[in-house]
Amino acid sequence: MSKANRRQAAAYQRMVNRTTPKRPLARNLFWAFVVGGSICLVGQVVLAAIVAMGDLTPKEASTPTVGVMIFLGALFTGLGLYDRLAPLAGMGANLPITGFANSMVSPAMEFRREGFVLGVSARMFTVAGPVIVHAVTTAVMVGFIQYVLGK
Amino acid sequence: MNAAGKRIGSQTLVFPGRPAVQSGASVVGPKEGSGPLGQYFDVVKGDTLLGDRSWERAEVRMLGEAVELAVYKAGLKLQDIQALLCGDLLNQITASSFAARELPFPLVGLYGACSTFVEGMSLGAMMVDGAYATAVVAAASSHHDTAERQFRYPTEFGNQRPPAAQWTVTAAGAVVLGRGEGPHVTFATLGRVVDMGAVDVNDMGSAMAPAAAETIWQHLQDTGRKPSHYDLIATGDLGRLGRKLCMELLRRRGLDVSGNFADCGCLIFDFTPEVHCGGSGCGCSAAAFAGYFLGELAAGRLNRVLLVATGSLHSPGSSQQGESLPGIAHAVAIENPGQEGSSP
Repeated sequence: MSKANRRQAAAYQRMVNRTTPKRPLARNLFWAFVVGGSICLVGQVVLAAIVAMGDLTPKEASTPTVGVMIFLGALFTGLGLYDRLAPLAGMGANLPITGFANSMVSPAMEFRREGFVLGVSARMFTVAGPVIVHAVTTAVMVGFIQYVLGK
Repeated sequence: MNAAGKRIGSQTLVFPGRPAVQSGASVVGPKEGSGPLGQYFDVVKGDTLLGDRSWERAEVRMLGEAVELAVYKAGLKLQDIQALLCGDLLNQITASSFAARELPFPLVGLYGACSTFVEGMSLGAMMVDGAYATAVVAAASSHHDTAERQFRYPTEFGNQRPPAAQWTVTAAGAVVLGRGEGPHVTFATLGRVVDMGAVDVNDMGSAMAPAAAETIWQHLQDTGRKPSHYDLIATGDLGRLGRKLCMELLRRRGLDVSGNFADCGCLIFDFTPEVHCGGSGCGCSAAAFAGYFLGELAAGRLNRVLLVATGSLHSPGSSQQGESLPGIAHAVAIENPGQEGSSP
């Protein structure tokens, strides 16, 4: 791009920024809180139920709770409902573990037409892959810091 | 104008042989069918999969159906058609190629992103005007779900899109261009690629608006016409934001189009929160023109239409590598016989 074109482009981008509708922040935050909070409430109920039924400590019950929530996230993705929640709830739907299940199951469903190996298996991580990489890397780093500081 | 009288200005082609838009057909999905233009489309499908095993196959079938229906409506047989000028948004334009696999005439596969329909009409008019064909079909298609899975996220992935986003339409449109009856293609203005540095793949409207403004301006320069010459100047799929930006860009160049400016992407859907800024995709301008504008031209409610299809020429890979979104817009003037008015 020439200098004149760059200047013109910059002026246009300023015009675009002025004209572009803003994200409705208050509404997005409200629904993220309501939906995300509701998902967490369900998780809390599941946890309490497992604690009561399995005679486990809350800490022991957390892993099966996560399993149940992943199952529910996958189920609602499979039923075609989870993607309808997210446009309203945004991170409220993406951040809980159910959102992680959605990010794994949705590409698996999407690419089953391309076959089981090169479709489902290979593409399953297209959305969640980067999240897993960064989460594991962060966990290792935090674990190392914890080790060095001696807890 | 040069000696042959077929060029005017720097980018505009003239068609003295007056190729006609003999017929048009549109096949759309349920969401488009329940939108404001629903009653004008020839076929409205009940679902986006058509009972088939993939969305890609559904798109192929919709495109094929639009082409065959357009030929039938022109009173022709498939054997009378000499070429299909067609494109879509899929990788390697497979919707077009696979639809043409079932058809007994040659395919000229085109890619101009969402500008493809007018690219096809321009080339078709050239073929007919140049006597290289007596009848050709120009067509284009897009499908919401095939586009989503290729350009964005898996369709079942929960994703909150920004307000500037648009909704890819599920639609196919086709027109027969030939020597028969119908409104004439009088001019085509081929568009330059215009890149104003837009990088947001969730905002196609602002990436394409400068190209649209450029082509409209160039068309009016080349032909010496005023915006008011046209009953309607219709852009392809700028959406609400792009439409606003395009009008502002034209206003800054001294052109007032506020009275007769429409955008197919704004016409095709009711503005529900899901749709954000409106419709997009090759099928948007194709179905809106073949379904709606052509009927209005036939009824005489519109006599002079400038159709400006707009495309963003990026790929998912190019934008991930940090490239900006180059826009393009092609324009064709379609006018009822005897209604062209005074033109230079």
